[in-house]
Amino acid sequence: MSAPEIEILNPGLLTTVQDLGRSGWAHLGISPAGAADPMSARIANRLVGNDEGAAVLEMTLVGATLSFRAACTIALVGADISPAILPMFEPVQVKAGFILDCGPLSNGARTNLAVSGGLKVPEVLGSASTHLAASFGGFHGRALRRGDVIPIGTSKPPRDRGIPTCLRELVRRRNEIRVTRGPQHDIFGAEAWRQFCSSEYLVTERSNRLGLRLSGTAIIPASRTELLTEGVSLGAIQIPPDGQPIILFVDQQTTGGYPKIANVIAADMHCIGQLRPRDTVRFQTVSLEEAVAALREQEVSLAEAFRQ
Amino acid sequence: MQIEPASDSSVLVRFGESISTAFFHEVMGLFRALKALDDPRIRNFHPAYASLSIDFDPLRMSFREIESMMESAVRLARETPLETNLVRIPVCYDPEFGPDLDFIAEGCGIPPAEVVRLHSHAAYIVHFLGFSPGFGYLGGLPEQLEVPRLETPRKHVPAGSVGIAGKQTGIYPVDSPGGWRLIGRTPLRMFNPLRNPPTKLQPGDAVQFVAIDRANFDEVAKSESSR
Repeated sequence: MSAPEIEILNPGLLTTVQDLGRSGWAHLGISPAGAADPMSARIANRLVGNDEGAAVLEMTLVGATLSFRAACTIALVGADISPAILPMFEPVQVKAGFILDCGPLSNGARTNLAVSGGLKVPEVLGSASTHLAASFGGFHGRALRRGDVIPIGTSKPPRDRGIPTCLRELVRRRNEIRVTRGPQHDIFGAEAWRQFCSSEYLVTERSNRLGLRLSGTAIIPASRTELLTEGVSLGAIQIPPDGQPIILFVDQQTTGGYPKIANVIAADMHCIGQLRPRDTVRFQTVSLEEAVAALREQEVSLAEAFRQ
Repeated sequence: MQIEPASDSSVLVRFGESISTAFFHEVMGLFRALKALDDPRIRNFHPAYASLSIDFDPLRMSFREIESMMESAVRLARETPLETNLVRIPVCYDPEFGPDLDFIAEGCGIPPAEVVRLHSHAAYIVHFLGFSPGFGYLGGLPEQLEVPRLETPRKHVPAGSVGIAGKQTGIYPVDSPGGWRLIGRTPLRMFNPLRNPPTKLQPGDAVQFVAIDRANFDEVAKSESSR
């Protein structure tokens, strides 16, 4: 009988092993890493009976070609694969020897593949996520390559309930991102803030897990002050000297010296993980209370979807 | 002390707008007091020169709760003497490891041996770690050694390289591109994710550089790689 393993026949553009990231190490300069679209990762895991935080394959823009050495249950959640050879957003039983060619992804930037039992990679600093910049975690600290073989854990019993139907809603692509005011929003002044909130920005090709570089109306602070390096929160939107916003992301550095005008709300961080180069994005300001309420609502919706 | 939300799940505590020993003590004191609480609702700490950022779970903790936690932690910190852990970092200041040593010596108008003496005799503190896992922002570089960074960064700076840029000195923990002027290399692995703790430096440590020769460097490097 074949060992439960996945072989990478073609890695696609950037495929890495991720879970929900590693917290608690930022004071040592270690960023959390983890799934760029954690909502999709959690849903994919739940569909195959895994804990939400089990290790998954994260595929970017062009999906991987995978060979499943043994029969197993998988789920694909996120951007659409093409051609649509497998249903997404539901658990699927595949036979030993099945080859899945995900092709170019559409309607989003990333797709997560969960396997019942999870991917078996050693945990480093409490997580299976890949830290690309410092080359550790995940599968030998790097992006997957042709010929890599990843073992799978013991598969979980199948879901005894129907497949939730509203999951696509939870990861629906949105180009309007909700933000709260950042720590330096006041140095920018009212005019710059108005510009920032009313402009449409383009996601440039120079975007990755460290951050999304946007292009559009330059945001210039009302007063130029030297900013002392300080801690950076996930999803901070920093404005470098050229005025082009950068949305900091899962692999971002833990400290920084550029002024931060706004911060993406926690509930919308998974949308950042689905923005592709050449997508447009607009920002909508919300209060801190609204941001926390949105997060709570999202968690309730996720829990309810799986109660069906 | 100012406390403000940086995002819906993060607060920023600011003590000032400059680098000073006083702010260093405030930041370290608060960081240690909060860390000692081991509250599972707190996800991360980002100490910096004159501020401390705290990431938390907003569904299990409110901004008000963090604020009051902060206030009692600051009171406790002010009553607790700051303990410092001294870390000695062996550095080989050979020209092979310090390609910019001569440049720095010329710029400062002193012999290279004097650059080495000044650098290795100074007492440094680790203000915080950031930029890269295990990278310490060190305070205490002698003024005479301040030099601008490279116009064009090197594409590859080997891990362990010791450099100077502006008022700062530090050690590259992993291979990376870099614009600092290099004066030596440590055989120590400054970051090893499989070790506990994973970094040689912790925020708040005191640091001393100890000049070693090439033979010593090779010996230590060998034993580091086998651990």
